Amino acid sequence: MSETFVAEHALEYPGGYTRSVGPVIGRFLTGLRDGRIEGVRARDGRVIVPPTEYDPVTSDEIGGDDGDWVDVGPAGRVVTWSWVANPRVGKHPLDRPFAFALIRLDGADTALLHAVDCGSPDGIVTGARVAPRWRAERVGKITDIECFTVLADGEQPVAATPRHVAADGAGDADGTDEGAVTSMNSAFRLEYRIPAGAATRRYLNGLAEGRIVGGRAPSSTEVYAASRGTDPKTGEPTSIEVEISDAGCVTTYCVVNIPGLSELAPEIPYVSAQILLDGADNMMFGLIRGCPVEDVHMGMRVKAKWADELKPDHRSILHWEPTGEPDAPYEHYKDNL
Amino acid sequence: MGGQLAAVVGVGQTKHRSSRKDVSMAGLVREAAQEALADAGMTWSDIDAVVIGKAPDMFEGIAMPELYLADALGAVGKPMMRVHTAGSVGGSTAIVATKLVTSGVHRRVLTVSYEKQSESNATWGLSVPMPFQAPLVAGAGGFFAPLIRAYMHRSGAPRHIGHLVAVKDRRAALRNPKAHLHIPDIDLKMVEESFMLWDPIRYLDTCPSSDGAMALVIGNEEVADASEGPVAWVHGMAMRSEPTMFAKRDQVNPLAGRACAKDLYTQAGVTNPREDFDCAEVYVPFSWFEPMWLENLGFCAEGDGWKLTEAGATAPDGDIPWNPSGGVLSSNPIGASGMVRFGEVAQQVRHRAGDYQVEMKTGRALGHAYGGGSQFFSMWVVGSDKPTS
Amino acid sequence: MRDVGVISFAASGVDRDADHNEVEIIVPVIRQAMADSGLTKPEIGFVCSGSLDYLFGGPFAFVAGVDAVGAVPPIRESHVEMDAAWALYEAWTYIQTGEIDTALIYGFSKGSIGDVHEILTMQTDPYNVLPLWPSATDMAALQARAYLEASGRTERDLAEVAARSQVNAKATPYATRSGDATVDAVLAQPKVADPLRAADVFAGSDGAAVIIIAADDVARRVCKRPAWIRGIEHRIEAHSLGVRDLTRSESTALAGAAAGVADGKVDIAELHAQFSHEELILAEALGLDAAATSINPSGGALAGNCLMAAGLQRFGEAAQRIWSGDADRAVVHATSGPCLQHNLVAVLEGE
Repeated sequence: MSETFVAEHALEYPGGYTRSVGPVIGRFLTGLRDGRIEGVRARDGRVIVPPTEYDPVTSDEIGGDDGDWVDVGPAGRVVTWSWVANPRVGKHPLDRPFAFALIRLDGADTALLHAVDCGSPDGIVTGARVAPRWRAERVGKITDIECFTVLADGEQPVAATPRHVAADGAGDADGTDEGAVTSMNSAFRLEYRIPAGAATRRYLNGLAEGRIVGGRAPSSTEVYAASRGTDPKTGEPTSIEVEISDAGCVTTYCVVNIPGLSELAPEIPYVSAQILLDGADNMMFGLIRGCPVEDVHMGMRVKAKWADELKPDHRSILHWEPTGEPDAPYEHYKDNL
Repeated sequence: MGGQLAAVVGVGQTKHRSSRKDVSMAGLVREAAQEALADAGMTWSDIDAVVIGKAPDMFEGIAMPELYLADALGAVGKPMMRVHTAGSVGGSTAIVATKLVTSGVHRRVLTVSYEKQSESNATWGLSVPMPFQAPLVAGAGGFFAPLIRAYMHRSGAPRHIGHLVAVKDRRAALRNPKAHLHIPDIDLKMVEESFMLWDPIRYLDTCPSSDGAMALVIGNEEVADASEGPVAWVHGMAMRSEPTMFAKRDQVNPLAGRACAKDLYTQAGVTNPREDFDCAEVYVPFSWFEPMWLENLGFCAEGDGWKLTEAGATAPDGDIPWNPSGGVLSSNPIGASGMVRFGEVAQQVRHRAGDYQVEMKTGRALGHAYGGGSQFFSMWVVGSDKPTS
Repeated sequence: MRDVGVISFAASGVDRDADHNEVEIIVPVIRQAMADSGLTKPEIGFVCSGSLDYLFGGPFAFVAGVDAVGAVPPIRESHVEMDAAWALYEAWTYIQTGEIDTALIYGFSKGSIGDVHEILTMQTDPYNVLPLWPSATDMAALQARAYLEASGRTERDLAEVAARSQVNAKATPYATRSGDATVDAVLAQPKVADPLRAADVFAGSDGAAVIIIAADDVARRVCKRPAWIRGIEHRIEAHSLGVRDLTRSESTALAGAAAGVADGKVDIAELHAQFSHEELILAEALGLDAAATSINPSGGALAGNCLMAAGLQRFGEAAQRIWSGDADRAVVHATSGPCLQHNLVAVLEGE
């Protein structure tokens, strides 16, 4: 089938999430920013790295105000590893093939996940000694360690260089230069390719022809405009195509005074309405234009304003305009409020 | 209500704020959970199972957070679940947790719901534009404001009724130290002069966006009987769902809400909610939903809800106080808001509501939550005394 | 506890369904399960679903499901943002209260619309793991190596699991990867995440699964030989991979012991192993003996892992073999989270 009905889609919160990190993760991240790795001791003596506010088995509070913090590493041993032959650029820590490893840092009782830059799977074994390669520009994030590298026999880890703050101040996780790290930014994008589905495709194809196509289930007389594929009352497929008028009445509405709710929203104020089309049994949502907002009222007859160029797209109906016909009587639409 | 008896034996709640910058997600949920455990006189190891609930994962940008939160909430080596039923989720999470007890499967269950809305933006999280779906151009209020207009038309309610609720609930919140909004000089004039967002909804008719968490410990009869402090016995629980849109759907007074209340009242032996309850905590995210839900929940005849509000019946000193905690209009961590309602009525029947304690006569109260396009409902009745039937 | 049995099952799965939205995917599967059940819609006491918004690409995936069920008059309904095996668990507890006798459970997803391995990364610790973006397969491979090195098993043992899955899946209509695979052919594949090869990693699937369960006499009335749920338990572990012993699945062992796996001979086991080594780890945790127990006769999740439905499918696959009399006692397993963090185990028996 045509790929016209498969759309690119992304989940990406503009600017990224702001994650407040709390005192324990905050101290760990502050340490990373300073080029140190700190763990926290649980009540049974285990040193947890990366530290959490709670013992990962008993959930008891650890690392609080009187927490027992311990410098660990920076070197450690690989507990297990896997090979990433095709790094995800922009997400994975390295853009060349690398290993993910669980690393038990010297002095720690748990293992930390990180990347190991070792060229090929032959460059790493379980038990290998590894040490962090620090970034010069550190912001208080796990990625302040660019990756770990394998140490040769007797080789010592390289200490972090003094922290370098970028000239524009970017690079500082919380916007303050020296204070403890209290939050981190988490920006990411997940991409999708989403198909329209059969019922929506029928509806959109109708729009491209200037028609509003609805659907009805064989067992029912009720017609659904812009059906998702079923009669929602019964779950029965709306397998029978029914053409619906492009005129109907406003059943209820609101006047929107908030700018910028959508790229498609017109200048404020505007009217967003529920519309009962002639021949349909469910409500459509639409914008009412072509008259002053204060003239819009319940029962007002409206008609679709079609775009000059019709496409299989919801935006082929630009908005709805008054027809000037007498109002629909309340009786006509009161059961659909 | 079927199955074994169950009661709320511990309640914990965070301070709600627009941004809890001082805690991680784990820190937020632990604050509520630890308070509930302390209230119940329990520790993590006393708990048999953990049930969490929250609204869409996109709010915080983490999928299936029960996985990351398992060890934060004492669940290691135990069963853990995550409920998501849109805005009703706080209520339905409490119900799922309680059924783990009424079923006889567990004796003590910890349930926690939360939202950390400041990590992103609720308007974005609720309205991510999806390909091939009709574009949304009016926001959440743009969905509900037309229903309010339809209610006003149907009932003949005057325009100031919503504002009365907005004032009443914010005044009530002044007595609740954990409420998000504290507006000391709130009055009708301030609401009437607040910005008209989605006519007929003004700014102060709407709920805030909050970070917060709520936790309950549910115990079986034996645990509740042994509890040192007062408990809130569960007298009934119900959930109902209906589609967002269908032919001849009553959107103002949804069938699912009426069916849910009917089921609930049958379980609890409630025949006249206005008399049989001492108070109710009801999900009112826009002020006008108080009169609408008064009718939907059978506190009065259809068309009369606004008259109860106008007469002050739902005020803290009225005959049937609604939202004496300040309600959703004063604190709205979306995923937790339903459980806050359920927990606040538990505190009332336990006489633990502090400065906003209402007078207890029947010793019973209603907790309510709803979500989606007024289509998902969860409700419970709690009481000071053990249910007799 | 009331006797509750699996009485109906339907599932769908293709590697990419570019033609249908979620509602359209769920509807035929629900209708098939209902038709096969002998029950009418008003007889269904509760509906519970499992889905994941991050697989859907936006909030409220489950709302679409309500349109697929048909919910007028309004229904008792709930949803877990988990594999629908946990929705079945919720429904089972509800039936135990005595308030209802039947429940319809469904799970669905369209893995093809996004990158499921990356979407599953969204489950990880958002502070110190998510920024590194280990994919589900990257993490699984860490466990695979830890297990192989600790157990003395080899990549050939993994290939044996992978090849058997594909052969078994030839009889499973909704499997998305099946055929006459051999161990040597699998071993000849390049590694996608050393030590794992493509055949060791689950095949994606777009589809849905539906199960109907019923209690006592209702089950007996509509089903000749219900697959009775004799035990159902789940347990979760700590989240961080670095605090867990990845060479074993302690939570599976706990859940299996509580569910009574060891109380009798196990004819078949349907294990939600998404990677070859997981099947070996799970079988050990459950004390299953490959000589006595047919493991994943359907091909399992390696042959088609419809996320949020695949755990529930295991109940259906096991139940079908009990209905037919091919098995008398079956173990069912569902998993959630990175490297088998959360595991559900059930024991099903014929009369």
